Amino acid sequence: MKIKGAIIAAAAVMAVSTAANAGTLDDVKAKGFVQCGVSTGLAGFAFTDANGVWDGFDVTFCRATAAAIFGDPNAIKFTPTTGKTRFTALASGEVDILYRNTTWTLSRDVDLGFTFLGVNYYDGQGFMVRKGLGVKSAKELDGATVCIQTGTTTELNLADFFRANGMSYEPVPIETNAEAQQKYLSNACDVYTTDASGLAATRATFEKPAEHILLPEIISKEPLGPLVRHGDNEWGDVGRWVLNALIIAEEKGITKANVAELAKNGSSDPEVNRLLGKEGSDGDQLGLSKDWAVHAIAAGGNYGEIFERNIGESTAIGLARGLNQLWSKGGILYAPPFR
Amino acid sequence: MAVISNDGDGFRLGMLVYDTRYRSYTIQIFALILFMLAVAWLLDNAITNLALLGKTFSFGFLFETASYDINQRLIDYTSTDTHARAAIVGILNTLLVAFLGCITATIIGVIAGVLRLSNNWLIARLMTIYVEAFRNIPVLIWILITVAVINESLPAPSGFRGADPAASPFLGGMLVLTNRGFYIPAPIWGDMSMAVVAVFLLSIVAMFVFRRWARKRQEATGEILPVLRISLAIFFLPTLLAFFALGMPITLEYPELKGFNFQGGVFMRDSLIGLWLALSLYTGAFTAEIVRAGILSVSKGQSEAAFALGLRPNRTMNLVVLPQALRVIVPPLISQYLNLTKNSSLAIAVGYMDVTGTLGGITMNQTGKAMECILLLMTFYLIASLSISSVMNWYNERVKLRER
Amino acid sequence: MSTSHEPFVATGDIPASPPPSSAVGPIAWVRQNLFSSVSNTVMTLLGIYVIYSLLASVVPWLLLNSVWNASSLQDCRSIDNGACLAVIRERYLQFIYGFYPNEERWRPVVAFVLMLVALWPVLFAGAPRKLLFGSMLYPAVAYWLIWGGTIWGPIAVMAGPIVGIIVYRIVDQVLCRLMDEGIAGILAVSGAVLVTVAWWLFAVAEVDSALAAVLDIGLEPVASDKIGGFLLSLIIGVSGIAGSFPLGIALALGRRSNLIFIKAICTGFIEFIRGVPLITLLFVASVLLQYFLPPGTTFDLILRVVIMVTMFAAAYMAEVIRGGLAALPKGQYEAADALGLDYWKSMRLIILPQALKISIPGIVNTFIGLFKDTTLVIVIGMLDPVGILGPIRADQNWNGIVWELYGFIGIFFFIFCFGMSRYSLYLERKLQTGHR
Repeated sequence: MKIKGAIIAAAAVMAVSTAANAGTLDDVKAKGFVQCGVSTGLAGFAFTDANGVWDGFDVTFCRATAAAIFGDPNAIKFTPTTGKTRFTALASGEVDILYRNTTWTLSRDVDLGFTFLGVNYYDGQGFMVRKGLGVKSAKELDGATVCIQTGTTTELNLADFFRANGMSYEPVPIETNAEAQQKYLSNACDVYTTDASGLAATRATFEKPAEHILLPEIISKEPLGPLVRHGDNEWGDVGRWVLNALIIAEEKGITKANVAELAKNGSSDPEVNRLLGKEGSDGDQLGLSKDWAVHAIAAGGNYGEIFERNIGESTAIGLARGLNQLWSKGGILYAPPFR
Repeated sequence: MAVISNDGDGFRLGMLVYDTRYRSYTIQIFALILFMLAVAWLLDNAITNLALLGKTFSFGFLFETASYDINQRLIDYTSTDTHARAAIVGILNTLLVAFLGCITATIIGVIAGVLRLSNNWLIARLMTIYVEAFRNIPVLIWILITVAVINESLPAPSGFRGADPAASPFLGGMLVLTNRGFYIPAPIWGDMSMAVVAVFLLSIVAMFVFRRWARKRQEATGEILPVLRISLAIFFLPTLLAFFALGMPITLEYPELKGFNFQGGVFMRDSLIGLWLALSLYTGAFTAEIVRAGILSVSKGQSEAAFALGLRPNRTMNLVVLPQALRVIVPPLISQYLNLTKNSSLAIAVGYMDVTGTLGGITMNQTGKAMECILLLMTFYLIASLSISSVMNWYNERVKLRER
Repeated sequence: MSTSHEPFVATGDIPASPPPSSAVGPIAWVRQNLFSSVSNTVMTLLGIYVIYSLLASVVPWLLLNSVWNASSLQDCRSIDNGACLAVIRERYLQFIYGFYPNEERWRPVVAFVLMLVALWPVLFAGAPRKLLFGSMLYPAVAYWLIWGGTIWGPIAVMAGPIVGIIVYRIVDQVLCRLMDEGIAGILAVSGAVLVTVAWWLFAVAEVDSALAAVLDIGLEPVASDKIGGFLLSLIIGVSGIAGSFPLGIALALGRRSNLIFIKAICTGFIEFIRGVPLITLLFVASVLLQYFLPPGTTFDLILRVVIMVTMFAAAYMAEVIRGGLAALPKGQYEAADALGLDYWKSMRLIILPQALKISIPGIVNTFIGLFKDTTLVIVIGMLDPVGILGPIRADQNWNGIVWELYGFIGIFFFIFCFGMSRYSLYLERKLQTGHR
């Protein structure tokens, strides 16, 4: 009867799939879009609106990458990945680049065979508790029930933290953020733990955010950044320098509003000119067009603009820049020079 | 194979296809070659892919430190133990929920199946609603609903606090129902407690010996002893006597509210209870149908014949109807046990750390050894399934009607 | 004139008096069915209590105090304390279509209606047989409608078997003159299969783009990650059901075959698939399948899941059908042999029609199980109805909502599965040829 359906579809899709391991940049150019792996849904970082359009902090970086390559921030497809599927999705070539709150660790870099392109958000694991509990510090959490979202480094940090402080706890590992939140909200857990940015994002969606506090302890370093497969350096370079370009753009005051004008008229700062393709041949070296960075910045603005629009203090998420401020302003955000 | 054609023509290539003597070999060799080519192709791809990604295929990661914690554990485990031990903790958790689930599913199924055949119109309809509701809605949704019921409707431990608590334990502190799980008293084994346990074990043995003897005696003399009452007495009395005679060496530890949670007692967490309950109710609905079909399969003439022989109703049930119904009930029942065991892998949805949650979950995520982990996971479930189905085959063989 | 009394002779039957009121009518029925004994009475009272407490908690919540018009959970709670059905009202389209683009949503609807049309000749014997050919085209049509793209892709794929048949005809003709007929037949069949596969692998894309360049008829393409909700369940369920049926028959025949090697492969496959939970197979689909394909091959996650689900259901289906085959009396096989029918003819004309009829309840149960199992795709991050809960609860407006959503999903599955089981009853009754 309809067994053919499966065969037909298989054949159709097999026929159009191409070998991806040669050079990802060439493949991406050939297929006409970037396949970007993102989270299945985390307020502020990657989420879909009611029409299914992706938006958020990580998503904007993906779009900037697409814009740098194609001049079009919409030449992109998103693959929602869970903590479990993200690495295989990348390793298998299902996605070209992974922008999904992924912590840069040695084993992921070395053992799993990925290349981290930099850090787009410096994070750390924190704790959220109900105000009514009267807890002021994570050191008071002995014996507490802790909800964790699995598939991250979170459960390892948690185990380390409680062991180092000689405290006991009841871990409740949950697969999805929504379920974990539900448990926390129904008071089946005392504590909810994940990256501080994620906690803030989660708290923002609560009915009464004011009833929950984030504890002051940050128990881990979580440099979150984009990653690609090992061994494809040209493609890695593109992703890395798009990220750097957005950081430098903030440093040099290039914004979404003035980037077109600066690109046309040039600037007195030679680095800006090099970045925007007025001088030098950065674009050619990357295998991109001359004005790649102009498109990348025009897609969502510079780093600071992306931050403010998606997760900054004016949004419901309300994150302060903190470590993610530019190095010149007290943070540790520091892009290598364009030269 | 060595059938030599005797029509004088000798062997022609066409006979490989048209001659039924050779055709089966042709087809099989063709299939064999195709199969081996497919396997070789898959393996070659896997090796190439692994090499491309710079990965190795090894189980060494099992002996590295797991460094994550597991809340529900039957054996000692800390975050400094190895992945292998974490996997074993997970396996034991799977077996625990499967074992508990099979028992309750059978009880629920038998009750519901019998009640569906009841003369009572209302009860029969109610049971039909139960069976249809659970059979037609995915088990995953039932699991999520049961856990949500526990989480949302029961009080949190903090509700038990204060001078005028919003909630209180049941049965004088014996049973505490919180939305994080249920607490029951834990036995504390005193000095002479092993003696009590030994008496208990001995009395179980004695009970079986007695039942055997009673049956032999009945076969020999025809005299029927009140077997049930005597075996119950053998089961309970010596143990109780020993317990009090030795000065009650086994005491109970009651759960107490300390800090964030209750401490002490046996803690059965919400995910275990929810999973257990949902799996039992779900499988129970299927079991009910099996039991009903089994009872209906025994023709009415059988029980009428037994009554005509003068057997009382309960003896008719035990000696005539049940043995025949069981032959129909047990094989599908065991495959339901198998389904329950496999469905317990949905624990992952509610955070119960079964083997899919440890080995196929956190270990796989942390080590990135997807192929090895999934291979081990499948091997475990395969072994479990094959052992259950070999029990089934053994039973089928035993109760098979001897056709004459 | 006689005064003596005429003896009474009844001229007709005296009408039977009505049974006493205690034996008929509702009261008697109640007495007989609900209160016939003490234990029965107790059970009835218990039953009434259970029904009362269920209704007492559900009716006010769901019907009396429910809120349909609200923009958020807080709104709902401030209006009334019943079910907040406003969330269903606002999001039901997302439950049905996932993130399928708004303006394209007529396409899945058309595909669904066409599915019913295509199923009609399959499910109901009364329909004109010719429609079956239309049903065979349905997969390509549905694929095109749901995923979009040019119309030439599915047409090119469907053309594969036609190309194969043409190749078979030609090769067969040519070779028959050169060599033994049997060998020619085998070569022609293998040639045709090879050409068909090669057509799919290498020619489809070219034909597609060439024809699209000439005449660009097509629909807006929709990516797989936009497909979710009940649409996704139906896609996976229906293609799994359609695929697992023929595959299951083949496996069942293989397992009962005399060819030892084929039997071994089929048995091994069936026991392996039945021995592991579907979740692990879904892990394989999402995580491992890539490793076993040539480097760089990727294909759609939905397709990978459909393949795994089909294999899973096929193994169960094979066991059900094997049961049907085993239940047929041996005489049927022997009679077929005695008529001189070859293996395929005897299977097609005699054995399978009867065996399948016996297995109908089991087959439908397998289908129901498969359809329910589509919810498991949530563990690999697909947005089936249960997966849609995530985005909804991540929304500030609906954070913390539970029962309404579970209930909605549950009712949907109940309607579909219950419908299927009723259909199986109908089929059983209709095919009952009354031999007993």
